[in-house]
Amino acid sequence: MHEIVQALILGVLTGGVYALMASGLTLVFGIMRVINVAQGALVILAAYLSYALFSHLHIDPFLSILFITPAMFVLGVVVQLVFVRSLRGPDASELSLLVTWALALGIEGVLSVVFKTTYRATNPSYADRSWDIFGYQVSVVRVLAFCASAVLLGLLSLLLTRTRFGRSVRATVQNPTAATLLGVDADRVRTLSFGLGVSMAAAAGAVYGVLYPFNPGSHYDLISRLLSIVVLGGLGSLGGAVVAALAMGAIEAVVAVEISPTWAAFSFFVVLIVFLLVRPQGIFGLRERTL
Amino acid sequence: MSRGTAAGLARGAAFAAIGIAFPFVVHAAWIVNIGVLTLMYAALATAWNLFSGYTGYISLGQVAFFGLGAYTLAVAFEHFGIGSGYNPFWALPLVGAGVAFASLPVAWIALRTRHMTFAIVTLTLLFVVQQLAFNLHSVTHGSSGLMLPTPTTFGIDTYDRPFYLAMLGLVLLGLGLCWLVLRSKLGLMLLAIREDEEKARGLGVRVTGAKLIAWWLSIALTAMVGGVWAYYLTFIYPESSVDPLVMIGAVLMTFLGGRGTLWGPTIGALVLVPAQQYTLTRLGASEWYLVAYAAVFVVVLLLLPRGIVPSLRDLVVRLRERRRTRRGPVIRREAAAR
Repeated sequence: MHEIVQALILGVLTGGVYALMASGLTLVFGIMRVINVAQGALVILAAYLSYALFSHLHIDPFLSILFITPAMFVLGVVVQLVFVRSLRGPDASELSLLVTWALALGIEGVLSVVFKTTYRATNPSYADRSWDIFGYQVSVVRVLAFCASAVLLGLLSLLLTRTRFGRSVRATVQNPTAATLLGVDADRVRTLSFGLGVSMAAAAGAVYGVLYPFNPGSHYDLISRLLSIVVLGGLGSLGGAVVAALAMGAIEAVVAVEISPTWAAFSFFVVLIVFLLVRPQGIFGLRERTL
Repeated sequence: MSRGTAAGLARGAAFAAIGIAFPFVVHAAWIVNIGVLTLMYAALATAWNLFSGYTGYISLGQVAFFGLGAYTLAVAFEHFGIGSGYNPFWALPLVGAGVAFASLPVAWIALRTRHMTFAIVTLTLLFVVQQLAFNLHSVTHGSSGLMLPTPTTFGIDTYDRPFYLAMLGLVLLGLGLCWLVLRSKLGLMLLAIREDEEKARGLGVRVTGAKLIAWWLSIALTAMVGGVWAYYLTFIYPESSVDPLVMIGAVLMTFLGGRGTLWGPTIGALVLVPAQQYTLTRLGASEWYLVAYAAVFVVVLLLLPRGIVPSLRDLVVRLRERRRTRRGPVIRREAAAR
């Protein structure tokens, strides 16, 4: 029992960071019908940036979120304007999947050129410290990472519910045509939201390097998890993504302890497949129609 | 036989003749090696097109079944003794059919979802199968991979030739299947699904059945290509046999040549694979290769999203029309009469 609770704590803390990455992915899908396969590669890019800032300028990885997030927001806006916006026609969604995949390969290539393919990890002085709470070991960095993710997710939800921009985003999700007719600048909403989605990846990435060792190829593992999370949660649903990410963290951690760590990542895919049998649209998703 | 059919058959025969003659004319092993790879991608892209091109459902997990085919053949070598030399090639149809039948339940589940979700679920499938290849250690030997016996009877100078011909056979099989499907009722059903699935279902098209048949054919072909590839390399491991780069390569070639056309995927492979092999040797297996690959992909998708074959077809139609109007007393007379 003790083991399972310990695993659940670890899993939920990890799941929080995945929730942050997945939120950007699902937000962008909700607004633009675009799946950003490069989200994983962007997380790894941010992890390298935070690693570089830490090892050269000794900037704490959690502090570096403040620098990396705005920088990657700009990158996201550029990606949207250069690559994604020009896709038109009935196949635009599917094409965007391939374009962003190519983008992921490009990022992987550039990172391999600059940083080589050896594994790196950002190791601040408190990396190995943990608290002892009621006999459970709770790692300090994981708690910090979870809190940072929770704060950013909270800010995102405030942005979406309390500001004029958030209202226009939600209007675009619900009905793009009506939103445009009511004076929402759809192009601007799309561009800013893409930037927002990428900055979520950036914030999570800055933390990712502290939690796991990574190399340029790590984005495959990340994107497969992120895609499963957003599909399980229901494409376009922020709440669904958060629930699914926490579920993934918990399931993997428990399987790793109870069965075997090698089957941990696999177990979540099984859950996904079984869930899709019952509910193809995911937890909170709406049924997708061919248009 | 209509004129179109005759022209199509002639094109096919010409392609087959040139294809068969190639390794007997060119002897340099490295060129035949590029030929094997080109045909491999042509077969993969054609197989991908057979399902994804005609139904509009983008499957990003096809290469999982390429890997399954490769592993199935390798395991068959280990446990059943399927002979040596040319004999293993005869086991390929069994491998293809087996893998395709095994994939049907997965396809049935995945096809409950619609376009975007389907693409994502199949992409996830790719990673699932790769994980399985790593984890089922007793069957796949995990990351240390599987060795297949090297065929000794092929001769050193002409070693690549049987594999080349096997791949060519698979390309021709794929083209033949696509041709038959496009001319059949099944083809019409698939195109109806691509245009508007709800409407097709409403009109009484058995959409699930049609999709599953196309899927089965496509997967069987893919798995057979995987089998030939494994026998050719004689060594397979999880990263190489379920490689996202192979997947995206096949998709890229289909897009370049023209999605949903008969010859598009093959033409795309004929253009891209030699170029890819050239850059690979020039840039080495270095990281710049990935960057170049990504750049080509983006350029193709952004500048030529419809592909070579449809663009050429448009051009021919336009030229013909212009010639007709220039010659066209008929049209002018009609205009005067009006």
